Amino acid sequence: MDKFHKNSLTFWAFLAPVLFAFLMVVVIPFFVGAFYSLTDWNATARAGNSLNFVGLKNFTDSFRDPSFIYSFLFTTIYTVLNVIVINVVAIAVALAVTSKLRFRNVYRMGFFIPYLIGGLILGYLWQFIFNNAIPSIGEHIAALRALADPNNLVLSKIPTAMMALVIVGSWQYAGYIMMIYVAAIEGVPQELYEAARIDGAGSWMQFRSITVPMIAQAFTITMFLTMVNSFKQFDVNYSLTAGGPATMFMDKSIFGTELLAMNIYNTAFVGNDLAAGQARAVVFFVVIVVFSLVQVTYNKRKEMEM
Amino acid sequence: MKKAPLYLLEALVLAALVIYLYPFVIVLINSAKDSFSVTQYPMALPDDWGQLFVNMQTIWTSPSIRYSSSFFSSVFITAMSLVVVTFFPAQAAWVLVRTKTRTSQVIFLLFVAALVIPFQIVMFPLISWFRTIFEITGLRLLRTYFGMILAYLGFGLSLSVFMYHGFIKNIPYELEEAAIIDGSSMPGVFYRIIFPLLTPVHATIGILHGMWIWNDFLLPLLVLGKGNRIQTLPLAVANFAGAYVKQWDLILTSILMAMIPVLVFFFIAQKRIIKGMVAGSIK
Repeated sequence: MDKFHKNSLTFWAFLAPVLFAFLMVVVIPFFVGAFYSLTDWNATARAGNSLNFVGLKNFTDSFRDPSFIYSFLFTTIYTVLNVIVINVVAIAVALAVTSKLRFRNVYRMGFFIPYLIGGLILGYLWQFIFNNAIPSIGEHIAALRALADPNNLVLSKIPTAMMALVIVGSWQYAGYIMMIYVAAIEGVPQELYEAARIDGAGSWMQFRSITVPMIAQAFTITMFLTMVNSFKQFDVNYSLTAGGPATMFMDKSIFGTELLAMNIYNTAFVGNDLAAGQARAVVFFVVIVVFSLVQVTYNKRKEMEM
Repeated sequence: MKKAPLYLLEALVLAALVIYLYPFVIVLINSAKDSFSVTQYPMALPDDWGQLFVNMQTIWTSPSIRYSSSFFSSVFITAMSLVVVTFFPAQAAWVLVRTKTRTSQVIFLLFVAALVIPFQIVMFPLISWFRTIFEITGLRLLRTYFGMILAYLGFGLSLSVFMYHGFIKNIPYELEEAAIIDGSSMPGVFYRIIFPLLTPVHATIGILHGMWIWNDFLLPLLVLGKGNRIQTLPLAVANFAGAYVKQWDLILTSILMAMIPVLVFFFIAQKRIIKGMVAGSIK
């Protein structure tokens, strides 16, 4: 080890490229951004000139802005629904593909495939399904005529458009979460099951007292992953609904399916108010840090218990 | 004794999988239709599969989509970003592991802390900072490959350093001592002995970051912009789908063509990919 004390040149030379990129892309923008959120920064202003310090105005304004409040609520509901749907689907499929099914490996690959494709592209694909493919079923099958009615288009109403976002988000993500459950289930030592069988435990007993506790461990990871990723959703939102349809909230016309990430983006670029967008991004950041801290402390506590 | 229910489950899961993957079938059959039948009969099989190649050729050559140039830009950006986001973090992680000083610990902790930073909080200042750099130094970072790759290094390095760090910690130091005694220089120890040992981590990081960079939309949207000289595949699809709203035959073909490279890659290396992605989740 002492070789390195004489070799701090190697130390800094090897770190230099990474430190440079880290400073340029993460550290400087992070602190500059924190500062900008307290100013009246806008599209024409540059660092250093024509910036005025406005204190917490951007934050208080944001918390009074109907579009931000609505978006926050909408994102919360979306996240809760998404976490539930993803985990239910993922656990069900994981249990199926860890049983003795003949083609279990094919199923694993198959359910994983949507995760490989970017949310942006999947959003356009599902937009076609909701706007064209499903109505066309109504046109050709008399019993399902209601599907063809333009008033029933999934993406034209907020509750169903929210459902559509959940369907696409879960469809994309469930296969990935399934794989984490599969790894957890397969990590259970087979001896445990053998011992249980010798003790006379039936398959339900084995499931309840061996498989469930093992899944519970993976659950901390999957909960956190699905929560944070649903909360950050942007791509599917952008391509599937683009925030529409419009609605009224607290006497203001706003986007009806605008998730937080999109609200931040739109505030800055469509509304041309970069400082307000940055302030909302800071709020967004704080929420994610809180998620992460809760996850870390929870994991620590669990490890201590074991 | 439980044969019958197993067959039933097999049928059920198979049916579920077919439904689950049916959206991809919809893309395929509608990429082989003309603009009329794609909206009239979206669920029907195409009359003439030859139309698929007509559509693909249109996408590949059309100057309004610039699919071919976007494809090569995507390949170039992904490949170059992967080179830098494995190589530089690997050497950084190595000196951080082998140097037991406070400075080294603090730097490592900073990298790990940055893992929680969501892109949203740095995206606006990043763009204005890149612009400021151009005004001061003349170095173009917006709308260039260099800026794009630098951004991927910046956002990808935290996870990379973290994963290499965890792996290198478990490499016995005696290996390096032996090399030093044989007269190898410090960098030589890394390049000749450590770097080859890191192959499994290179693969995991390559897959994790590769999938992310290839599919990424928001970062290229901000750094490269929509409809500029350099665009990635997701940008090209967004640009095209946004501008030609009703041309579903071509939009779906462009979607199909954007999916093909990833799917081919997946079928070649499925085991590795799944292992890598699951490993990445448990960071």
